[in-house]
Amino acid sequence: MERLTTATFVKIYWWKLLGALLVLYSILAGLLVKVPLLPIVEESIRNVFFHVCMWFAMIAVFINALVNSILYLSKPDIKYDRNAVESVHVGVFFGVLGLITGMVWAKATWGAYWVNDPKLNGAAVCMLAYLAYLVLRSASPNQILKARLSAVYNIFAFVILIVFVIILPRIADGSLHPGSGGESPFAVAKMQGHMYAVFFPAFIGWILMAFWLVDIRVRINKSNEEMKNEPI
Amino acid sequence: MNPTLNNIRYLLIKDLKIEWHYKFAIGSALLYIISTVFITYLVFLNYMAPNVWAALFWIIIIFVSINTVARSFVMESKNRYYYYYTLASPEAVIMGKILYNNLIMLVFTLVTYFVFSVFFENYIQNSLLFYPTLLLGSCGMATMLTLTTAIAWKANDSFALVSVLSFPLALPLIILSLKLTRMALGAFFWSEAIKLLFVLLLLDIIIIALAYILFPFIWKD
Repeated sequence: MERLTTATFVKIYWWKLLGALLVLYSILAGLLVKVPLLPIVEESIRNVFFHVCMWFAMIAVFINALVNSILYLSKPDIKYDRNAVESVHVGVFFGVLGLITGMVWAKATWGAYWVNDPKLNGAAVCMLAYLAYLVLRSASPNQILKARLSAVYNIFAFVILIVFVIILPRIADGSLHPGSGGESPFAVAKMQGHMYAVFFPAFIGWILMAFWLVDIRVRINKSNEEMKNEPI
Repeated sequence: MNPTLNNIRYLLIKDLKIEWHYKFAIGSALLYIISTVFITYLVFLNYMAPNVWAALFWIIIIFVSINTVARSFVMESKNRYYYYYTLASPEAVIMGKILYNNLIMLVFTLVTYFVFSVFFENYIQNSLLFYPTLLLGSCGMATMLTLTTAIAWKANDSFALVSVLSFPLALPLIILSLKLTRMALGAFFWSEAIKLLFVLLLLDIIIIALAYILFPFIWKD
């Protein structure tokens, strides 16, 4: 393998560098930027730079998992299966982070870690569906069958995600989350121009970080697989 | 007649014949319904209210459906499926199973409703809304369970897997049905109810379409 110079390094891994820099910027700027002090929410509004981004990162990798599952069903290549399962792992990780950041925020503003809110319950059900996917992965010893069955289930899990994240909160009686009445959540939260200058980089940065994690996990998975198949 | 439709018809009749032959399966399902409702009756005797009624009803429906439909693929030996493999297309097999499961699920739902109304008071005010809800809810549950039991059956014949796979997928159906049932308990706006019924119908159609498209991937070995 040829030696990596800085130039080729940047050329190949620019998106990882970009992701790391954007996340670093969003953490620093998110804690320092001037925010409107709304009643009750007050300084905790800074969580919008973290909590919301977790969910977008989760949905991005779950979409990646869905695409790879569909590709696997149309062309059974183990590569797609590997991408799908590692995307789900990372998605569940970001989902848990989203729940935790949300719970801390909920305790500060709504007074309890868990409240009866369609978005909270929906997120919990989505986590259950994807955890069931991971259970299904460990249930069958047959590699090819396992890959195919879990690809089928993944498509169902994504439908559940869409139903719970997009359809049900809209027809629910009302959510404590801002923006359930049809107006933009950001308008309710009085997001100002300079806050978007932190939010959008954070949004892109965390999605890139999620894909970086998927990339690392896929490579670990692949090398484990190769080690297993190597004749002793 | 279209050969696929013909196959579906024969597969449906075959399943009904098997069900009739092993009467203990129907008997045990009925006994399961009655004993579950009776236990609920003893436990919730003094706490009954219309809203509790609706919630308990749908929780019992979940358990009844998982217990009755979960047998759908296990009731015949795996070897016999190799025989069907040579006779019918996967589309015919899944449509036959879906139709059959919908049929028994509808019967069991109505039985549960009847037994429930015998033990507890019948709180439903508006049957015109409740029956479509029952129909669409049980249809969605039966179809979804047909597919998840097929996945679990292929993965490793385990019953535990069926419930793990089914609960998250059953939840949207149950939540919508419960919402509609709560409406049928008292005063409501038809415009609101029609909207929810439409969402439920849409969900059923999505589940049936996905089952139809995805079953061939589960079916082949």
